[in-house]
Amino acid sequence: MAVLQPAAPGRRAMTSEERNYLLLQRARSVIKHAVLIIFGIAFMLPFVWMISSSVKPNIDIFEIPIRLIPKSLRLENYVDATNAIPFWQYLWNSTYYTIFATIGAVLSNTFIAYGFARVRWRGRNVLFIIVIATMMLPFQVRMIPLYILFARIGWLNSFLPLIVPNFFGNAFYIFLMRQFMMTLPKELDDAARIDGASEWGIFWRVAVPLSKPAILTVAIFEIIHTWHDFIGPLVYLRHPTKYTLSIGLRLYFTQYGAEWGLLMAAAAMFTIPMVIFFFFAQRSFIEGITLTGLKG
Amino acid sequence: MFKLKRDPADQPNSWRTDNLPAWGLFFVAPWIIGFVAFTVYPFFASLYYSFTNFNIINLTPRWVGLDNYVELFTADPLFWISISNSIRYAALLLVFATIFDIFIAYLLSQNVKYLSIYRTIFFFPVLVPVVAASLTWIWILNPRYGLMNGLLDLIGIKGPNWLASPDTAMYSLIFIGVWGSGRQVIVYLSGFNDIPRQLYEAADIDGASGLQKFWRITLPLLSPQIFFNVVTLIIFSLQSFSEVYIMTQGGPANSTLLYAVNLYERAFRDYAMGYASALAWIMFLLILGLTLIIFKFLSGKVIYER
Repeated sequence: MAVLQPAAPGRRAMTSEERNYLLLQRARSVIKHAVLIIFGIAFMLPFVWMISSSVKPNIDIFEIPIRLIPKSLRLENYVDATNAIPFWQYLWNSTYYTIFATIGAVLSNTFIAYGFARVRWRGRNVLFIIVIATMMLPFQVRMIPLYILFARIGWLNSFLPLIVPNFFGNAFYIFLMRQFMMTLPKELDDAARIDGASEWGIFWRVAVPLSKPAILTVAIFEIIHTWHDFIGPLVYLRHPTKYTLSIGLRLYFTQYGAEWGLLMAAAAMFTIPMVIFFFFAQRSFIEGITLTGLKG
Repeated sequence: MFKLKRDPADQPNSWRTDNLPAWGLFFVAPWIIGFVAFTVYPFFASLYYSFTNFNIINLTPRWVGLDNYVELFTADPLFWISISNSIRYAALLLVFATIFDIFIAYLLSQNVKYLSIYRTIFFFPVLVPVVAASLTWIWILNPRYGLMNGLLDLIGIKGPNWLASPDTAMYSLIFIGVWGSGRQVIVYLSGFNDIPRQLYEAADIDGASGLQKFWRITLPLLSPQIFFNVVTLIIFSLQSFSEVYIMTQGGPANSTLLYAVNLYERAFRDYAMGYASALAWIMFLLILGLTLIIFKFLSGKVIYER
């Protein structure tokens, strides 16, 4: 687009054409921002409504016309919300699941991706195509046999069916880390090899330290994925003491259907850790999404 | 994601090609074990189960041949309802989310101030746990006390019953789906930012109109991102479960009974594991077929090199 500077002072006045062009540019800029602001507000409204409802006393919740900014605050909703269900237990369960699932994902995928990216061996490419192909298989196809398998070996109502498979790699993460590792210069491996490093030494001393951005991306994706996970806990965790927050909140809803204040307070407490986490990890996260291999 | 990086040294006689798979297999061994245990085994087990009926008490399968498939195609109205619901959901979500996300990403790519704030806002719904978001949406769409109809009241419109009415429930879910599609905005934005400015300047000199520039430059050069997003969105939306299961459980009057919701209820409410396995296999074949069709018709139109 042609860059039009305003006429420098002391030089000739703008022609009416130039003035029209500038006006048009300015009008477009205003419209652009107006559209973004309107949609931006609309996108945040659900969260605002969640927070707003979470601090309203019960009478104000059912007020017509609606009021976005509460006229009186009732922060006790948050305390009541943690007492109405075993909130801390469920929060701990969610945290436990997230920590171990993430450790599994980071360890296994870094290790596996190295084998696909940095070691050359016969059959590697064929196997990698199979890795990619498994992404096509819907979760639902594996869900029932795995449920029956885990039920038979007595793993229901434990976190094992949710955590153990994470230690064996995930196609999407393998793909992401492999793409990243392939961009690392080969000369580093060669230098390490001349210094007498074994394949394991190269993996541990060269590839792992250099792959930190990709490892971080996998960790961030997995933390968010596990914290959000609904269907996994829904299938495997049937006993109320084992519930994660994602299942626990639902229970809340059926039990305290009318108590929207408490429910929204609980939902806010479930959401806020992710928001805080995002602000620390924002850059790697956004880069991770763009890194997922859109560029050949 | 569909064009793999080539290893430049990946050719015969390169000194590192020792061709001894020992170290390679050592590193990928965890994947091979997991692949056999958590993919190959359930894949074939599921196929086998789809020809059986399950005893609920001790979870043992009994061979019934093609019974499940015959019942599914001839005697189960919910199968057809759920399949048409899922296709409608995926198609409408695809259209609305794609148009909206490209539009927002386009605006964000125009050197706007406070880009990182806007980007965070449009991405924000992705961060809200699906359960928390779904429960909040139930409350927002409450016909009497919810935010949505409350706002509509202010401008004198009487809002519909949203999730509570068979006429609007599906559209409510699609609306919420668009709200939660911020991941695509980020991908499109990176695509817009990769388009060289000089192309537009050259087009300006040739006197191209805005629309021409969009069709001839933007759209072709955005095609890798569009392709990626379209494929992933179709695959994911055909498997959509959590939001719908939480918000409507398939109701009212089965108007939002998506395929995955029906499948889950058959498997874990009715414990009809064999029947649900047959449903899962139909779903697998449907998604596989659809993906192949998309690849055949779209991948040729994708322009990777610039």
